[in-house]
Amino acid sequence: MRYSVFSLLAQALQGHKGWTPAWRDPAPKPEYDVIIIGGGGHGLATAHYLASRHDITNVAVLEKGYLGSGNVGRNTTIIRSNYLLPGNTPFYELSMKLWEGLEEDLNYNAMVSQRGVINLYHSDAQRDAFARRGNAMRLAGVDAELLGREQIRAMLPYLDHDNARFPIHGGLLQRRGGSARHDAVAWGYARAADSRGVDMIQNCEVTGITVAGGRAVGVETSRGPIRAKKIAMAVAGNSSRVAAMVGLRLPIESHVLQAFVSEGLKPVIDTVVTFGAGHFYISQSDKGGLVFGGDIDGYNSYAQRGNLPVIEDVMESAMALWPGLGRVRMLRHWGGVMDMSMDGSPIIDFTPIDGLYLNSGWCYGGFKATPASGFCFAHLIATGQPHPVATAYRLDRFATGRLIDEKGAGAQPNLH
Amino acid sequence: MRINCPHCGARDAQEFTYLGAADPQRPDGLAATEAAMTDYVYMRDNPAGPHRELWYHGAGCHSWLIVTRDTRTHAIALVEPAKTRKAGAAA
Repeated sequence: MRYSVFSLLAQALQGHKGWTPAWRDPAPKPEYDVIIIGGGGHGLATAHYLASRHDITNVAVLEKGYLGSGNVGRNTTIIRSNYLLPGNTPFYELSMKLWEGLEEDLNYNAMVSQRGVINLYHSDAQRDAFARRGNAMRLAGVDAELLGREQIRAMLPYLDHDNARFPIHGGLLQRRGGSARHDAVAWGYARAADSRGVDMIQNCEVTGITVAGGRAVGVETSRGPIRAKKIAMAVAGNSSRVAAMVGLRLPIESHVLQAFVSEGLKPVIDTVVTFGAGHFYISQSDKGGLVFGGDIDGYNSYAQRGNLPVIEDVMESAMALWPGLGRVRMLRHWGGVMDMSMDGSPIIDFTPIDGLYLNSGWCYGGFKATPASGFCFAHLIATGQPHPVATAYRLDRFATGRLIDEKGAGAQPNLH
Repeated sequence: MRINCPHCGARDAQEFTYLGAADPQRPDGLAATEAAMTDYVYMRDNPAGPHRELWYHGAGCHSWLIVTRDTRTHAIALVEPAKTRKAGAAA
């Protein structure tokens, strides 16, 4: 069923009794051309682009829980392409362009809102660093504006501009950045892929990968064995565990990242703001809750829950930036498991095993990358060549020294 | 999360700094192959379950500890001084 104002009106007249499920619930077939392990944002996007751009529709997405139950439903929904390094900038800009056309492409309301992303700076040195980043973005065709003290004061009057330790000197603004409704992104991709014949198989945990003659030929699952010509892993958070099924070690540690939402408020902040003197960012959902977060907890974890010190740290940053937040009550907080790679950048590549493909290492920046990740992963699987904007995301870059380290933190994942 | 430091007793995890997996051993100097060095610097087992890891008690006794912690629950099974291992390795 195609969604439009006419289908909505027709359904309204019938009391909304005629809506059909957004995707089927098929039993797994014995064999597929492509199996995608992981029914999160990146796996579902990969399925959509395989079907819509490469006409490969004999595809199954295997999800151990329900669709979108992992990090695509646990992030803080921010989209942006304000990256500095050449390996990253064109990739994230492709993602931003795909966000801009996503709803027409999927026939689904993902609530993409280009409300702007402002990175605040608090010193002359930081201004120089942000000017450099903005210039690098503009050279790569990405929009960026360096704003001064008075411009930020006019846009965000409620911040603590004259904080004694971290006075706000200005900010780097990407107007095309913003947010999107994270669950709707997963649902939209799932529905679009399903409409082209892709099977979404939920409650189907992959327990093993069958390799014959150096080639991946199928998977063992909780719903029985399934054969496939190609197998694609999109299981960020658990990449090391799935890779270990074929004896592969990855340059990744799994860490927990917490996020927070406040009670619902009337519209108060109409953009996304990041604090430059600590790790803190905040925006407001269309439902009214303030959505915010900060650092990862900093130790290996698969627990999907964190500890109190990081909560305290995030709240301190919030108060330093925006003292008025002290009157707001926190409603919920939760944790997600991040694939923290050794240079802070992702991996979209072949593996040493023929027919087995890897999409991993998204750290805590995977949501904004969802469209381009799926687009480039589908390109790699379908054509056997990396997409031109994703050629830097190789697994062997750690051995060859071609790292993409935006922060310059080195091989220490909890510092990225 | 609390870590039961063998020198200082049970202390809040905030007193400690996390380094990462305790078991990777640095290959021997200039004789090391590139592959062995890559493996040591970048590759990790990253298990879901018991994990031996290095923590530094910076706000306490300033000693490096090897903590065995379950990454699925954060429950700590064992804390031992890292220098015990070093002495053992030399012997």
